[in-house]
Amino acid sequence: MKVMTAGNSVAATAEKTNWKAYLKRYWQLYVLLILPMIYFLVFKYIPMKYVLIAFKKYSIVQKVGEMPWADNHGFQYFIQAFHNRDFLNALRNTVGLNLLDLVIGFPIPIIFALILNELNVKWFKKTIQTIAYMPHFLSWVIIYGLAIQLFAPSNGLVNMFITKLGGETVPFLNDPGKWVGTYIFLGIWQSFGWNSIIYLAAIAGISPELYEAASVDGAGRFKKMWHITLPGIKSTIVVLLIMALGNILGSAFDRPFALQNNLVMQNAEVISTFVYKNGIKGLQFSLTTAVGLFQSVVGVFFLLFANWLSRKLGERGIW
Amino acid sequence: MARGLAMTRKFNTKGFALSKKKEADEDSSITRMVKSDGTKAGDLVFIIICVIIGLICIIPMINLLARSLSASDFLVKREVYLIPKGINLDAYTTVLGDPKYIKAFVWTVFLTVICTFLSLTMTVLCAYPLIFSKLKGRSFFNIVITITMFFNAGTIPNYLLMKELNLLDNPLVLIVPGCLSVYNMIIMRSFFYGIPDSLRESAEIDGASFFRILWSIYLPLSKPVIATLALFYAVGRWNGYSDALMYMKNKDFYPLQLLLYNILNNMNSVEVATQEGFSTPGLSESLKAAIVMFSTIPILCIYPFLQKYFIHGVTLGAVKE
Repeated sequence: MKVMTAGNSVAATAEKTNWKAYLKRYWQLYVLLILPMIYFLVFKYIPMKYVLIAFKKYSIVQKVGEMPWADNHGFQYFIQAFHNRDFLNALRNTVGLNLLDLVIGFPIPIIFALILNELNVKWFKKTIQTIAYMPHFLSWVIIYGLAIQLFAPSNGLVNMFITKLGGETVPFLNDPGKWVGTYIFLGIWQSFGWNSIIYLAAIAGISPELYEAASVDGAGRFKKMWHITLPGIKSTIVVLLIMALGNILGSAFDRPFALQNNLVMQNAEVISTFVYKNGIKGLQFSLTTAVGLFQSVVGVFFLLFANWLSRKLGERGIW
Repeated sequence: MARGLAMTRKFNTKGFALSKKKEADEDSSITRMVKSDGTKAGDLVFIIICVIIGLICIIPMINLLARSLSASDFLVKREVYLIPKGINLDAYTTVLGDPKYIKAFVWTVFLTVICTFLSLTMTVLCAYPLIFSKLKGRSFFNIVITITMFFNAGTIPNYLLMKELNLLDNPLVLIVPGCLSVYNMIIMRSFFYGIPDSLRESAEIDGASFFRILWSIYLPLSKPVIATLALFYAVGRWNGYSDALMYMKNKDFYPLQLLLYNILNNMNSVEVATQEGFSTPGLSESLKAAIVMFSTIPILCIYPFLQKYFIHGVTLGAVKE
């Protein structure tokens, strides 16, 4: 676009020859960009035409353009979704689980980074880091396998301990209420170490002079954490919080799908799994596209709002 | 419980002794002065917390390993905690003797290698041209890319696209659609930005082509970030199962994780036992553990070697332009 307007400028002839010289010099860069741009066009932009299906009556034999518009000015499927109990349940679970993840899971990497920062023995710090990052590299299927071995009512490790100590077996994976706790715990277990990396890097960037000055003033360990380290990583915290807030309606697929089972579906069904089951397996393409579109649009609004809020509060925001 | 406590104590005394020994060391006494004037009791508290966190992270893996190596009797009698009892390798010989697992394993290794190579190539192709401020249309390309980070068409539109491209049930569907991650591309681009322009400019003056500059200057200097991204892409492919779940019906092309998911989910212990031809239900338990181990080990093997690189990579991704 920009290039064309430049070509139409007053000094058209001069531009033209420059343009030739420019291409002669820079054509290689455009050649390098061809494949990635085809990728974005095909796999990111072409699917957007199918978003129209949310407003149309899907038919397997017609092209998207030929399908008839849905009732109620095309919004039939959105209305239908909000009268669908399963969808409302999935919506509630998505927001609920994400909020719990945020409230419980967000501070933990920060606390962990603060603790790690207090360790003075290098090899010990390294060892703990290596161990804490490891779960991030395990797939959700593997974590599900681990969870079965840990939490199974009959012979899971945790329940073996509980019964040995005289307690009752706890159905961590099969009781809807307990399942939520297990889901949140496993999420934190998988990601807290990994998420702490970014805070550790931010802490490393704080000037040592600040700490020296505080020492001279007689500040102890916790005073320094509170008055130097935390303010020093505040902007990192805010940026990550914005991204997390923007994602409150987002839903990953791998984690809930791997961990859910029929007994806990009332709390475990989220939008992504709802879409998979009713769309790809249940062939209700229009309804589930509408649901996905609703989720994307609200997600973008959340992100814009959170970013606006952070700028309002005097932080830098993510763009 | 007792064992856990003993382990904690052992760790602590070790860590504590070392911190004492190091106190004499000049280097660490400087960091000590700068970082904190905390008491030794305070240090001890932090060490204990870290040991507990470390144990929480690693005990599930140890438990899994113990189960996979245990004899079925002890598993059924609920006697296996962290140390395998009545060591036997039946579960592993069963897994390794079953062509189904070996085939899925080989296929997934193949997929992972191909995808990593292709993704790295695409990432470099996308990131390198965008660092040239003289590239006309650069902001247009950047916008095209950034939009895709915020707005995704969704599951069903993507599914319909795969259908239209005839990629459903085609092994290529596990390779091509995910071959470029914008997030990773940004990490790569940030790293390229960090390479001094003067290096590139002097090569340009000497008449080197842009391909040549990429090949002889940028790529050799980018080894750490390439290693990091290779790890990310490889782990992503190795761990991914949802694309195969949605787009792939042919079980011959199931990646290992999806096969594992089906085994863990669709069969109860008795079924596994009878299918694998074992009369003792206990073995099916250790078999499940062994299958999980089998698909975890490759990652655990490469991860420590790449660790020194990836921390740098992650923090690069956070750098704002």
